[in-house]
Amino acid sequence: MQSSSLIQTARLIAKDFAAPHADAVDRDARFPQAAIDALKQEKLLSAYIPVELGGAGASLSELVEICEILGRQCAATAMIFAMHQIQVITLVEHAADHPWYRQYLQDLVKHQYLIASVTSEVGVGGEMRRSRCAVELNGDQFSLVKDATTISYGAQADDLLVTARRHADAANSDQSLILVRKADYTLEQKGNWDTMGMRGTCSPPFLMTASGHRDQIMEVPFGDMSARTVVPVSHLLWGGCWLGCATAAVNKARSFVRGQARSNPGTVPPTALRLAELVSMLQSLRTSVQACLTEYEQLSAASDAATGPLSSIAYSLKMNNLKVDATQALPQIVIKALSICGILAYKNDSKFSMSRHLRDGLSAALMVGNDRILATNANLLLVLKDD
Amino acid sequence: MSKEKIRQVLKEQGKFSTDIDSLSDDADLYEAGMTSHASVNVMLALEDAFDLEFPDRMLKRSVFESINAIHAAIEELSA
Repeated sequence: MQSSSLIQTARLIAKDFAAPHADAVDRDARFPQAAIDALKQEKLLSAYIPVELGGAGASLSELVEICEILGRQCAATAMIFAMHQIQVITLVEHAADHPWYRQYLQDLVKHQYLIASVTSEVGVGGEMRRSRCAVELNGDQFSLVKDATTISYGAQADDLLVTARRHADAANSDQSLILVRKADYTLEQKGNWDTMGMRGTCSPPFLMTASGHRDQIMEVPFGDMSARTVVPVSHLLWGGCWLGCATAAVNKARSFVRGQARSNPGTVPPTALRLAELVSMLQSLRTSVQACLTEYEQLSAASDAATGPLSSIAYSLKMNNLKVDATQALPQIVIKALSICGILAYKNDSKFSMSRHLRDGLSAALMVGNDRILATNANLLLVLKDD
Repeated sequence: MSKEKIRQVLKEQGKFSTDIDSLSDDADLYEAGMTSHASVNVMLALEDAFDLEFPDRMLKRSVFESINAIHAAIEELSA
């Protein structure tokens, strides 16, 4: 599949399979099955996998664009796609030369497995870089039990990518990443997912019990993958989702103002001034996501990617700022779009309704809480000099 | 000499779950339990103990991953 056709395909899926169900997915907090099935059908779940392993060899930029395209219609679909791609990118970048994972990636192309992430855990306070659970090795087999506070689309996923301490005596920051297969785990749902927004991601708490072969334990320490790949790629793909959500709200406001202008040609409606401000806000959001994306693609393709600027604390600070700024901007953009459309945006049954965009957009600052990120930055700034 | 001083700083600021004296000079400090947060405290304390400032280009994972790596960085700055 050619790259540009990936984008075309994503547009069709967004229009024909995500948009028609977006309101029902939100209302009923149900998984966007039709959209995910369509993504599987078109092999978009393996888009990032290199061509030599059967994938489409898509770039991160293309995936971010697909997130935006999906996010304009259904933020939950976009977020599920983004979270799955974070797992795939991690496997491709850090395990593709390992025989077990090489075979797995080829199988993923064939069967379009949907991978969910299991990083959250009871008792670590939302900190991805700490685990309580540990891999227990018995010969060539391992077992692992994890009490996860949330697993997005856990019940609908095929396979899981799980963080855990490397062994029973490992420090809580000495983590491995382990892929566990559908046939080898059970999930016991421990609560509900009845939230304001992002309802279709279906992210309740689960108790996971898993086993597998030791080859499934990735060799690279999670800490290395986290700084270099997981964190920046997450913020960039989420950035695409948020751009989609913001653009959907702004486009409703644009349509509303055009309608006002058409009903009274010759005068510029007062809302047009607010719209001019709003479009500028959206442009700033787009520019900051794009700038970080371009820089990341350059740095990760460089020969010193493993030890260079990506693992520097200056770079962590920058990506953290992208996350905080973008997620603060998103609700402000939606609220401004709402104020332009007025009561028609406030009504749930109007084509200008902002309800879903606003509720979805409010998740952004909480999904990895901004205060946690700012606290990290505050710590980093104690040694950074901008020299 | 300075490796001993580095060990002392790590003992005070590294928040290791294991005994720092049991670690070799090239042992991976992150594997031994040093978090990103603790590593910043280690950087601050090293700057104070050795009366130097790490430039931003040195503030990355690999420079602080072992006693030997830290020692090399300090040598480079003191040269």
